[in-house]
Amino acid sequence: MSKVIEQDHHEHHDHHHPSGGIKRWLYTTNHKDIGTLYLWFAFIMFLIGGCMALVIRAELFQPGLQIVDPDFFNQMTTVHGLIMVFGAVMPAFTGLANWMVPMMIGAPDMALPRMNNWSFWILPFAFFILLMSLFMEGGGPNFGWTFYAPLSTTYSNDSTALFVFSVHIMGMSSIMGAINVIVTIFNLRAPGMTLMKMPLFVWTWLITAFLLIAVMPVLAGAVTMVLTDKYFGTSFFNAAGGGDPVMFQHIFWFFGHPEVYIMILPAFGIVSTIVPTFSRKRLFGYSSMVYATASIALLSFVVWAHHMFTTGMPLFGELFFMYCTMLISVPTGVKVFNWVATMWRGAMTFEIPMMFSIAFIILFTIGGFSGLMLAITPADFQYHDTYFVVAHFHYVLVTGAIFSIIAAVYYWLPKWTGNMYDEGLAKLHFWCSLISVNVLFFPMHFVGLAGMPRRIPDYAIQFADFNALISVGAFAFGFSQLIFLYLLIKCIRENHQVPAKVWEGADGLEWEVPSPAPYHTFEKPPLIR
Amino acid sequence: MYRTACILFAWGLGIGSASAKDLPLNMPRGVTDISEQVYDLHMTIFYICCIIGALVFGAMFAAMILHRKSRGHKPAQFHESTKVEIIWTTIPFLILIGMAIPATKTLIAMEDTTEADLTVQITGSQWKWHYKYFDYNLEYFSLLATPMSQINNRFKKEENYLLEVDRPLVIPTGKKVRFLITSDDVIHSWWVPEFAVKKDANPGFINEAWTKVNEPGIYRGQCAELCGKDHGFMPVVVIAKAPDEFDTWMAEQEAEQRQAKEKEKELLGMNMEMDELMTLGEKVYLARCAACHQPNGQGIPGVFPGLQGNHMVTQDQEAHIDVVINGVNGTAMQAFGKQIGLKEMAAVITYERNAWGNNTGDIVQPKEVYEVMQK
Repeated sequence: MSKVIEQDHHEHHDHHHPSGGIKRWLYTTNHKDIGTLYLWFAFIMFLIGGCMALVIRAELFQPGLQIVDPDFFNQMTTVHGLIMVFGAVMPAFTGLANWMVPMMIGAPDMALPRMNNWSFWILPFAFFILLMSLFMEGGGPNFGWTFYAPLSTTYSNDSTALFVFSVHIMGMSSIMGAINVIVTIFNLRAPGMTLMKMPLFVWTWLITAFLLIAVMPVLAGAVTMVLTDKYFGTSFFNAAGGGDPVMFQHIFWFFGHPEVYIMILPAFGIVSTIVPTFSRKRLFGYSSMVYATASIALLSFVVWAHHMFTTGMPLFGELFFMYCTMLISVPTGVKVFNWVATMWRGAMTFEIPMMFSIAFIILFTIGGFSGLMLAITPADFQYHDTYFVVAHFHYVLVTGAIFSIIAAVYYWLPKWTGNMYDEGLAKLHFWCSLISVNVLFFPMHFVGLAGMPRRIPDYAIQFADFNALISVGAFAFGFSQLIFLYLLIKCIRENHQVPAKVWEGADGLEWEVPSPAPYHTFEKPPLIR
Repeated sequence: MYRTACILFAWGLGIGSASAKDLPLNMPRGVTDISEQVYDLHMTIFYICCIIGALVFGAMFAAMILHRKSRGHKPAQFHESTKVEIIWTTIPFLILIGMAIPATKTLIAMEDTTEADLTVQITGSQWKWHYKYFDYNLEYFSLLATPMSQINNRFKKEENYLLEVDRPLVIPTGKKVRFLITSDDVIHSWWVPEFAVKKDANPGFINEAWTKVNEPGIYRGQCAELCGKDHGFMPVVVIAKAPDEFDTWMAEQEAEQRQAKEKEKELLGMNMEMDELMTLGEKVYLARCAACHQPNGQGIPGVFPGLQGNHMVTQDQEAHIDVVINGVNGTAMQAFGKQIGLKEMAAVITYERNAWGNNTGDIVQPKEVYEVMQK
């Protein structure tokens, strides 16, 4: 696709090399350093949020209340959701964007490096506030990550202000990150890198960034209204004062549904990068992939109320949102078909990034199927707020978003560190994760269909066998990620030199620079033919 | 077919084969025409997904087996085809239209709440349901009946653990029953899977739903929307009776409710003993108050105030009675005035004023509760 004609080296920029110690990380404006910070932060949050999931699963191992009380259980489900969405998946994608977008478009750095530093460094404070609220008298947020009013306003505990404040900070960080991605892509592309020549990861991130700018302010508005309703006597969501609690859900999901695509579009980009590499064949239907991504993004603004079919919408509203939601499966299907067509008659090998990508395609599609089922409004009345929904969005987010992030890390880790990872450990990590994640999430479909509501600390006895199994899967999946942690540390410390072009079939500017990627790359833009 | 596949899957995961038949695997077919239509929609879309999945994953695995480098396969060069893209955009679109038609029909039928034979108002509150029959003189609360001893694992869990209530909703079979659903505090969601009815109870707004049950029986469901601490302990139980049995039941209930009201009046002239009030009070407290204020009266700091040593509980008796009757606006403290009788009210207030070392020695009589109620 692109050929580098001229590439600059970097010896003359010694004075820009990193200072040592903590200052390097605090003051850095380097996109690679900030990318690394984002990725480690996301991984730490992934482990913390995972521990909370294990508290939930330990309590649900058997019927009855054993380990935690229902109020703390609700805090765990709430903070688990918030951390995984805002602390793990989104920062991980931003980290990948920081590392890879400039290298993929031949830019020396992100366009706004100081803002880049700031958008990362406010994140730890946001999550410190959120996590510390758990230790307040009365506990942390316990109203679910969707914080439906009036449970989060009139009936919430004293830590709600901290929750609101931390979400504000997360939102600011995301908006700044998104602005940076857009400005970088529009202004710093190497000469000759036209929009329709950009790697798909860059395309999907560009669209994601627009989604972020469009909806994060909506979330900020929602939490602000919660804040004023609770502390300043307004009645946005209080019927007694002329407000409407269902309006909260409209506002929240107007943010929340595009947010779902914010967490999956970059994953599409990653898989669209990895599958061609290991099929040794160009991506099938590049332009249709771009158009499919854009149409998913546009449609994501007109489907929000499918999260709210049981709130008592008028029939016309239910029909509109059902049709739009069903429609969204068309461009999503196009993507899956294109990936399969890319593999078709390729020359495939199955390195770990490819294994995770294939697992992504299959398991994400299963999540897509259950999504299609959920779109059928009459059936949704039965599925809504059961474990079927929990199964659905974990297939989309864990075996979707998180598997793609893991695939991306394996794919670019040799470029980042200059070392190849331990293949044996990586295989172990893959198979342990793949098996345990299905033991964890697949039976949730069954208990959900059979009538187990979500967000309950205790359940009827007919669900006991499956819940025990789900909990076993959860612990197995959780501990499998420690293999990944060990592998990452080992890869960073050991020395198994790799060439500039790590993968035989890889294509793209990032493989033109040496491995590990020097601190500054493309200080003079490469020329793309 | 679905069941067989699921049981095979469950076997694969090593669940005891003996119990595989009892495993909760699929949506219930239900006992109404609507619930059967919903079940059919669910199975149709499920099979469509299975077929698409088999085709797509089949092609993918074929490629993975046949077109691998280790078999010496050389990559082809093709990388786009507008024709193919149009085909695999159009076909799913047509499938969706085929699916949308029956879904729309069912949805229109589900939303038609007109011409009901009976109307029941359902009000959710933390963490119980209130049922009020229109055109009859009957209303009552429905609370979880599973004892704490089972929840805390001190006793064996019974068959209907967490799915049993003290007073179920009773409706006639073969009649169109309309539900008007609302809430007193946070959002709840009234759900009975066998009827395919799930509707949110929104505070300040009234939602409508309906059902027409074909078979008599006991049907169980749960609150489906997170509504605070005891969201998991808020079951729905509905008994469907043949219309004549329903009429008999209704007549009995109305008579009982009338008698109870007359008894309340007699209470006003009575003075109850401390022991009697304390015994009854403890029972009422554990059923109604302990979920928030805790059995030991200490509450949950920062969430629910404790009653032990609480100023109002140990000092100002009239304010105490007032709070229990009318609740505290804007907090989780409900107005219990309409929920429990004078005698129970007197007993629980007496209990609170004397338990956990509060020892005020105050005896609250039904008459005193009645007086505050009239103010």
